[in-house]
Amino acid sequence: MSRSRSDIFLIWALRCCAAIAGAIVLLIGAFLVIESMPALQHVGITRFFTDASWHPSADASQGTFNLAPMLWGTLLAMSGSVLLATPLGIGSAVFCHYYAPSSIAKFYRRLIELLAGIPSVVYGFWGLVVLVPLIRQLQPPGPSLLAGIIILTIMILPTVALMADAALTNVPAQYLRGAAALGLSRWGTIRGVVFPAAKSGIITGVILQTGRAIGETMAILMVCGNVVQTPSRIFDPIRTLTANIALEMAYAGGDHRSALFVSGLILLALIVVLVSAAEVHSKGRIYG
Amino acid sequence: MAEAARPTFRPAHTGFTDTIATVVVWLIAIIVTGVFVWLLSDIIWHGIGQVSWRFLTEAPRNAGRAGGIGPIIVSTLLILAVCIAVAMPLGVGTAVLLAEFTSSDNLFGRLVRRSLDVLAGVPSIVFGLFGNAFFCVYLGMGFSILSGGLTLACMTLPILIRSTEEGFRAVPDEYRLGAAALGMSRTSSLIHLLLPAAAPGLLVGMVLGMGRSIAETAALIFTSGYVDRMPQSLHDSGRSLSIHIFDLSMNVAGGDANAYASALVLIVILLIVNSVASWTSDRWLHKRIIS
Repeated sequence: MSRSRSDIFLIWALRCCAAIAGAIVLLIGAFLVIESMPALQHVGITRFFTDASWHPSADASQGTFNLAPMLWGTLLAMSGSVLLATPLGIGSAVFCHYYAPSSIAKFYRRLIELLAGIPSVVYGFWGLVVLVPLIRQLQPPGPSLLAGIIILTIMILPTVALMADAALTNVPAQYLRGAAALGLSRWGTIRGVVFPAAKSGIITGVILQTGRAIGETMAILMVCGNVVQTPSRIFDPIRTLTANIALEMAYAGGDHRSALFVSGLILLALIVVLVSAAEVHSKGRIYG
Repeated sequence: MAEAARPTFRPAHTGFTDTIATVVVWLIAIIVTGVFVWLLSDIIWHGIGQVSWRFLTEAPRNAGRAGGIGPIIVSTLLILAVCIAVAMPLGVGTAVLLAEFTSSDNLFGRLVRRSLDVLAGVPSIVFGLFGNAFFCVYLGMGFSILSGGLTLACMTLPILIRSTEEGFRAVPDEYRLGAAALGMSRTSSLIHLLLPAAAPGLLVGMVLGMGRSIAETAALIFTSGYVDRMPQSLHDSGRSLSIHIFDLSMNVAGGDANAYASALVLIVILLIVNSVASWTSDRWLHKRIIS
């Protein structure tokens, strides 16, 4: 088939669109690297982990730049919430598919879909006015790692549940009939047949939600107390990398600003690792 | 979400673990429902009293403790408009290329897809950093609605592209074969045949992208800024609804009442937006199954 001139024009226009869309992530990476260069040169990578504390200043020689407590905060809040949200999310999906009567399942799905759309700032606000005072009664001061973990769990749970639900939907019906023919009980079917068949989809969902837990900013900033310290108890306030950027970006200058871009770079690197893991795991088809 | 075939369980005997599992699964569902009902009812309960027509149209007074959210809604809509106006052509173009003009083993297509997957995972605060460095400082747009909208456009691209691509993939191959048999050029078959047929996917993508943009806070703090006056042009700084909630609850003592009301408004807007998306995709899937 011969190609008309308009076709050739169209294809090149589309290629330009795709090239721009694909280049954005490179542009983001490039800008983060450029902006973090001053800090990497003046402060050096080792000082970000060995300095006495986080008291940044615009001049690298006068400040201290220890990012490690914030990295710990991020990792602890992330692991806590993923550990909680994964069983709850999978349980929700299993409930919808194999336990609930269909009217309840329908209602429950709608609820979960509704929750997946609620913005993080609303979750953070609720955490601030309801959850933090409750934790304060239990164990002062209130804003804490625990509050962060609970809010993050509530936030990523709906998406874990939706992705697990999609994975369960894809389990072939003949597997279930086979299990029924063998006389397997409900839980026996789920554990022995459904989970192995849906494992890949569920794990991909959990990996992607781990990324979301790392990147969450506003909600966690509102409930965690934002004290720069490595927490020793679950009731201690923490500050995460993301919250640190949001809090200090407004007035940061010079090497301080640059150090915040370094933490952005760390976040981006964590995400690239997680997305690659998800791609390898799902053989390149993350989104079905 | 589709309803899967539901098997009937008639086991020979139900063991102890089975009973435990049933109890645990029901308990999970009850806890999850409970937490969310608590959250939603709390916000509705405290927010509903404040929301009125005056609240929606008036300017905020006394740092937002009194008055309404009129200028903030206008700023939010302007940011959204910039975002959609930029992301839409770029996203649709990329989706058409990926769905119609590249085979799945094409290197360029695979690279673009891979980079979009990463883009979809980039934390919003990193978009904020990038937007600040690139749009505000490097391109000299300053804290403005334009910078904020452009930053959000970068952020919503992956979701827009994925959904539009699904729309094109859902168009049956007979359409393309028929067009080719009639000697239509790829351009005219795209414009007259494929684009209308894939429109629902496009709409769903646009609506989902809008939802994500309205909900966004972290990417906007350092790009569109905090100013709560009525914006005069796209170069003015404008405060979005979600930033307003954040500011009222964190930085303004006594701002909780209006923060509740703004949160309620935000949730209602998102509820409408998301229902449009799920209604469209449901109807469209339904139609496809029947025809």
